[in-house]
Amino acid sequence: MSHNLPADLRYTKSHEWVRQNPDGTVTIGITDHAQHALGDIVFAETPEVGRELAAGDACAVVESVKAASDVYAPVAGRVVAGNGALGDAPEKINTDPYGDGWLWQLAPADAAALGGLLDAGGYEKVLAESAE
Amino acid sequence: MTLETPLHGRHVALGARLVDFGGWDMPLHYGSQLEEHHRVRRDAGMFDVSHMRAVDVAGPAALPFLRRLLANDVARLRETGKALYSCMLNERGGVLDDLIVYFRGPDRYRLVVNAGTATKDLAWIRAAAAAEDLTIVERIDVAMIAVQGPNARERAAGLWEGPERAAALSLEPFYATEWGGDDGAFVARTGYTGEDGFEIMLPAAAAGPTWDRLVAAGVAPCGLGARDTLRLEAGMNLYGNDMDESTTPLEAGLAWTVALDGPREFTGRAALEAQRAAGLPRKLVGLLLEDRGVLRAHQKVYAGAAGEGETTSGTYSPTLERSIALARVPAATGAAVEVDIRGKRLAARVVRPPFVRHGKAVIAS
Repeated sequence: MSHNLPADLRYTKSHEWVRQNPDGTVTIGITDHAQHALGDIVFAETPEVGRELAAGDACAVVESVKAASDVYAPVAGRVVAGNGALGDAPEKINTDPYGDGWLWQLAPADAAALGGLLDAGGYEKVLAESAE
Repeated sequence: MTLETPLHGRHVALGARLVDFGGWDMPLHYGSQLEEHHRVRRDAGMFDVSHMRAVDVAGPAALPFLRRLLANDVARLRETGKALYSCMLNERGGVLDDLIVYFRGPDRYRLVVNAGTATKDLAWIRAAAAAEDLTIVERIDVAMIAVQGPNARERAAGLWEGPERAAALSLEPFYATEWGGDDGAFVARTGYTGEDGFEIMLPAAAAGPTWDRLVAAGVAPCGLGARDTLRLEAGMNLYGNDMDESTTPLEAGLAWTVALDGPREFTGRAALEAQRAAGLPRKLVGLLLEDRGVLRAHQKVYAGAAGEGETTSGTYSPTLERSIALARVPAATGAAVEVDIRGKRLAARVVRPPFVRHGKAVIAS
């Protein structure tokens, strides 16, 4: 199964994507592969604005009909926004994982940390290996 | 070793997400669990339930044997085809399994037991039957398809013609009809979704072609995921979640299935009577989450001064668009509780299941 992997994003092995915004913040969500694997998403809980996250913190939860899944902070930083629209429309994570289905925005503690994340090709390799 | 039903190839061909369920490789969904759920509430869907086990019990001792074996009273089955839901208990009153027993005619009964407990059940039944004049046959040759939904009977009726079709369509709820012996079909107006429909038992070789004809008739293949959200909305217990050997039917909302009238001796009766006399410590209730979130099994329930309990099943209810659960709580629990979801206490209302029946919400939100 092939999934949409925008080339301008960074990715993690745990299936988050990260978009660099012009103002220096980053937007975070889960990948098309992740939303597909989870199935119909019915609830999302995003981290509180102002919370300081370390890289790898389990800070958001996405729940499908079947199960709850943690979402991890790809890089360290302070939460500057959560996607409140998901409260009424969590299915946006399924229908538009890289757009309206974003989860939260972060002011990274270290802008260079993004360089340590996977690019689309690297994430594709992770997916290919896990499919074997 | 993973077991496969006669319909396994159909599930693979339909692109199902397959999961292990009690040792069986079964479809979780065929694309969208939510859509499958709604198809059953609004139209017609079908489930491969061939992993469940039919057990035929026959012989002159069948009736007295089943009256001792089961907590509900099989003597209530007077008309051919009538079905009865019952628990099978151990001596402590704990639930070994829940099952349906069908009266097929004088001295002939069919039990349908859960997949995950079938081996244990059969050992228990055979041990209890040791000295009886009985034959007990596990029908591993039988496949089962549950067709459920407001349009299910109409869609399924195209499978049959003439008197067989008429017999199936004239079934009252909780009755079955059968024809053609082991090569024929056994059709029951029963189910596990809170909707109308049939459960069809047929020879394994006939399962695939029957499935295909139902697909052609517009019946949507549905997986165990939707089966679980449907049964929970319908307020039906799942064995292993909502009751097991450590709970009695009285603590599992199943007192209505225990026939204590009259002097009939059955396994577990003394324990149930002792528990009833002492007062029930716990009860099974429905919960409707007031806050946003999703209830799941094994979350802690705070019932104030009454004490604490635990959710036994929980899900997002696609029909109510809210989260619902079954929970075992102290008997004195009032109308409102809190549930611990990831360290937060969220408000939930205590309700009497079912949550949904025949496509309609029966719990005011």
